Amino acid sequence: MSPALLIFFVLAGLAVLAALSLVVQRHPIHSALSLIVVMVCLAGLYLLIGAEFVAAVQIIVYGGAIMVLFVFVIMLLNVGEEERTDFSKLAKFAGLPLALALTASIAAAVVKPDLGAAGVARAAIPNATAQISSMLFKEFVYPFELTSFLILVAIMGALVLAQREKK
Amino acid sequence: MTALLTQNVFWIITIVKVVLLLVIVLTVDAYLTWFERKVVAHIQSRWGPHRVGPHGLLQPAADGLKFLFKEDPTPAGVDRFAYYLAPFLALALSLTALAVIPFGPKPIVLFGQKIYLWIANPDIGLLILFAITALSVYGVALAGWASNSKYSLLGGLRGSAQMISYELSLTMSVVGVLLMANTFSLQGIIEAQANAKHGIGILGWNIFAWTHQGLFWPQIIGFICFFTSAMAETDRAPFDLPEAESELVAGFHTEYASFKFAMFFIAEYTAMITVSCLATILFFGGWLSPFPQSSFWLWQLTHYIPSVTLIPFGLWVIYDGIKYETIFGKLILPGVGAAMVAIGAALIAFPAVNEFIQPVFWFTAKVFVFLFFYVWARGTLPRLRYDQLMNVGWKLLLPVSIANVIVTALVILLRRYR
Amino acid sequence: MVPTNYYLVLSAILFGLGTVAFVFKRNIITIFMSIELMLNAVNLAFVAFSQAFGKVHGQVFVLFVIVVAAAEAAVGLGIIILIQRNRQSLNVEKVNLLKL
Repeated sequence: MSPALLIFFVLAGLAVLAALSLVVQRHPIHSALSLIVVMVCLAGLYLLIGAEFVAAVQIIVYGGAIMVLFVFVIMLLNVGEEERTDFSKLAKFAGLPLALALTASIAAAVVKPDLGAAGVARAAIPNATAQISSMLFKEFVYPFELTSFLILVAIMGALVLAQREKK
Repeated sequence: MTALLTQNVFWIITIVKVVLLLVIVLTVDAYLTWFERKVVAHIQSRWGPHRVGPHGLLQPAADGLKFLFKEDPTPAGVDRFAYYLAPFLALALSLTALAVIPFGPKPIVLFGQKIYLWIANPDIGLLILFAITALSVYGVALAGWASNSKYSLLGGLRGSAQMISYELSLTMSVVGVLLMANTFSLQGIIEAQANAKHGIGILGWNIFAWTHQGLFWPQIIGFICFFTSAMAETDRAPFDLPEAESELVAGFHTEYASFKFAMFFIAEYTAMITVSCLATILFFGGWLSPFPQSSFWLWQLTHYIPSVTLIPFGLWVIYDGIKYETIFGKLILPGVGAAMVAIGAALIAFPAVNEFIQPVFWFTAKVFVFLFFYVWARGTLPRLRYDQLMNVGWKLLLPVSIANVIVTALVILLRRYR
Repeated sequence: MVPTNYYLVLSAILFGLGTVAFVFKRNIITIFMSIELMLNAVNLAFVAFSQAFGKVHGQVFVLFVIVVAAAEAAVGLGIIILIQRNRQSLNVEKVNLLKL
């Protein structure tokens, strides 16, 4: 087993375990911590693929900003453990098998992708960071400017939503 | 056995380097606490620790023993997982950030293996450093929340909000340097300041950024934004309201005793060291000497500066030790001084070692200067109130660093296309 | 090197787990986090394909997905704070009437 394959299985196993932990844990803060572990594992997998810039952005933006926002909200709202409810008898018995069936059907579709000549695992793209930046400012410049506008709208929306009502 | 060794030489060298770096950094951390207490004390016209060992030099050892032997209570009602995770997270992330810092350019050649003076030199070294800094917010936030206490929660929330606010200006203030260096790797940034063809020494450092090619924009504003943001990022005075003693008992680490508190402590000082190393690498030329590297006799003489600083300092330590009060001091201090004089003399005697030590000496000297700035700021400046702190971060430092990026980009563009 | 379909199967598993969490959990914040997990699974598929085809378009799109997820998280968490303020509960089963 080559070192790359070994690292892949370690990171993938850890990611799946953390995702399971997100489903199983009762307190949202533990789910949030599990999600952070998933994101860091995915960043490791991106590094393995050779997408260094995306790995760094994943940790900085997703793991260091978005998840911090989640953790803040969980702390500020003082969220407690989840209550157990008995909402539906069908869900208790058919829930897990159906979920497994969904995952299996998606996985079966991708387990042998017909990528033709491109399906061979190849080495990392050389100089990916420079290519990404040139593409962001040449071919994708219009979506790039639109996302800056989107972030502005999101900031204004969050500010308006979080205001207290004026009595 | 030897086959196993020869096939995995790279891993063995890396593990030895990691262990060596950890030992060195933890020792430097310990003596940084001594240094800080002495300097702040002298700023405040008192002596600081001077009883435990000569000049208080054994104070860190005494503190370490105290931390090991103190009782370690766990408060009731804490969230166990987050409570135990937070100090480990803070310490682990602080120490991991040191892996990408280069300490010198030339490798040591040992048994035919080139051993470089860094643990890793990835192409995106700077981004990895920022990623680790971004993750260290969790140490503060989780510590504050898991402690099940009002003061800790307030301190933790304030501290983490402060850290994520100043992260923005921290990263933006560095973009000017990145534009000038064209690479994310820290070793590449230092090489870009070397100006190897012309060898202009201090003027080539990014803080002055003088080039032969015409327009240049010195990164002074970038440096000021970077250092201020870094001081706020590491929760150091004058931005240390989250852990202020008179305001919030001890902020987010109130409920942590002995060893877990020591872990937060070590994490903070290691972050100081990392930021000082970053400031020297990005703005002050890293391991480059301030003097030009040509073959002019005056500049060649400057190669003896390490010896010229070590030998008189060693002689002074010997003199001070002979006249010291305690017997322990009379034994230890002259020994330390003699060792310094011996190292200085050895550097003059072996020119090859002298050439190798040059970059490491300049790097260490500059890091030491920045650590002194840190401690000086703590001893001199009053604390900022929390809303003033957030105002400075969002309304002053962020626009100024963005303006610095725009001006740097304009200057580079004009220089290339005029 | 690791074949592309290994990454795709991992992406499918993570997506399935995200769907499971989305359907079974009661807390709004946990449901929101499962959406982020599904987005991450899709990002992994994008990057794997970018390596398979040797072009960086997949990675550029991942950057856009991350940005949109950030904007969505900001606004979504604002809405969650409002729901907590008005209904004093984060249980998604209690948010089933248009009027309080």
